Amino acid sequence: MRAIVTVTGKDTTGIIGKICTCLAENNVNILDISQTVMQEFFTMAMLVDLDRSKQPFADLSDELAALGQSMGLAVRTQREDIFTLMHRV
Amino acid sequence: MLYNMTDIVSTLDMIDHQHLDVRTITMGISLLDCARGTVRETAAAVYDKITARAKNLVAVGESIEKEFGIPIVNKRISVTPIALVAAACAEENLTPIAVAMDEAAKTCGVNFIGGFSALVQKGMTESDRRLIASIPSALASTERVCASVNVAGTKAGINMDAVRLMGETIKATADLTGDRGGFGCAKLVVFANAVEDNPFMAGAFHGVGEGDCVINVGVSGPGVVYHALQSCKGQPFDVVAETIKQTAFKITRMGQLVAREASQRLGVPFGIVDLSLAPTPAKGDSVARILEEMGLAVCGTHGTTAALALLNDAVKKGGVMASNHVGGLSGAFIPVSEDEGMIAAATSGALHLDKLEAMTCVCSVGLDMIAVPGNTGASTISAIIADEAAIGVVNCKTTAVRIIPAVGKSVGETVEFGGLLGTAPVMPVHEFSSEAFIARGGRIPAPMHSLKN
Repeated sequence: MRAIVTVTGKDTTGIIGKICTCLAENNVNILDISQTVMQEFFTMAMLVDLDRSKQPFADLSDELAALGQSMGLAVRTQREDIFTLMHRV
Repeated sequence: MLYNMTDIVSTLDMIDHQHLDVRTITMGISLLDCARGTVRETAAAVYDKITARAKNLVAVGESIEKEFGIPIVNKRISVTPIALVAAACAEENLTPIAVAMDEAAKTCGVNFIGGFSALVQKGMTESDRRLIASIPSALASTERVCASVNVAGTKAGINMDAVRLMGETIKATADLTGDRGGFGCAKLVVFANAVEDNPFMAGAFHGVGEGDCVINVGVSGPGVVYHALQSCKGQPFDVVAETIKQTAFKITRMGQLVAREASQRLGVPFGIVDLSLAPTPAKGDSVARILEEMGLAVCGTHGTTAALALLNDAVKKGGVMASNHVGGLSGAFIPVSEDEGMIAAATSGALHLDKLEAMTCVCSVGLDMIAVPGNTGASTISAIIADEAAIGVVNCKTTAVRIIPAVGKSVGETVEFGGLLGTAPVMPVHEFSSEAFIARGGRIPAPMHSLKN
């Protein structure tokens, strides 16, 4: 199963490092990554592969959200299908 | 990146700021195999079947919400019209079956269960009569049960005896639930051309042409459409229609995805996605505000019917390609108490019952969640139902009346229902009598174009 992890909030040092470390510890492979910073507002989207994840979807999603919260960021994990279906015919 | 960042951000924005959600996952359950010889036995069988089929509905809904990050506001159940299930029972009062439905809904954790219903568009069986007579006490003694009665159809005409009876039933229901603002009437719908796969309450029931169990999904998204239209201010209607179509496509794809997942996880066949734009009382989730965004100073002024016609049609055209089975009511809903813009328009005096009736000619349902003065006579309510049924029958579409006589209140006051049911300003009705018209009874024949064979 593949998912999109989105991270939004005020830009600080080490966001990508912390999120990626968490994913690596959970054995989640990052397939693609994209980020922008607009007026100090940080937005990152990562396409990840959850097939070998150590945790079930809901637990991983909660761990990432909690990690984000500790940095003042909103971190969301959503199955990729929602983005594929909404924006492609 | 395999995904466009703009698309990702736009989806998140729709969910976070534009009230994008799936309004309901509704499980339709056939109760035809629950028919027994007594009300007590039937009620027990009804409880057992509903709780067996729907025990995982809420948990599955919540897991889909979590994985896709889409709010699924309601999980609901619709069942076979109870007048059919209880036809073999000899007792007069069918309320115990409604109580069993209510208990089953509580056990499963769903907030509404529809199907305390009868289909009497052409005639009425003894069981239909008993069910209608039980509606006031059934709705007064339950929290989550919704009732509906189909009194007319394009193929059958209008059963004016049933229309008369429903005016009286609405009054009796309002009186019995007067201490709660006539709340019982918010759970009672009178239909013409009722559909068998509607996932939306209060009018959902599981038709006899359906299988044993089915998953239907109702999408929403007035806020998303409203937001999309802000990007085409002052542009011609061609652009407006195209923008609504594209938005409806995205909303419906999401509904289709949720429907497919729910169907797979529950092991229950997928039925339909209902494309309706269903407003809520929340600011920014209003159908009326979409119409106003098209250039009307206030919903209800001249031009409102044309604006609604465009909206209703564009929603269908955009949605139909996004789902492999579209059904239910599919269009724009205009429930007054459940729509922040409608409430404001009715309160300011810009939106009247007569304009709402005209609007129902071009949208998906009818006069919905409208409070009228508590002293409105039963025959006047019946006449309102007859007018609405005539629109449905002649135009081959579903129409409905969900009207609340506000006990002890008059024009200018409001009735508070809370939650998704909202706030209803009491609206004026015509004061001239329709009593002799309703007293005639009988049947208004089916229109000429019903003879298509």
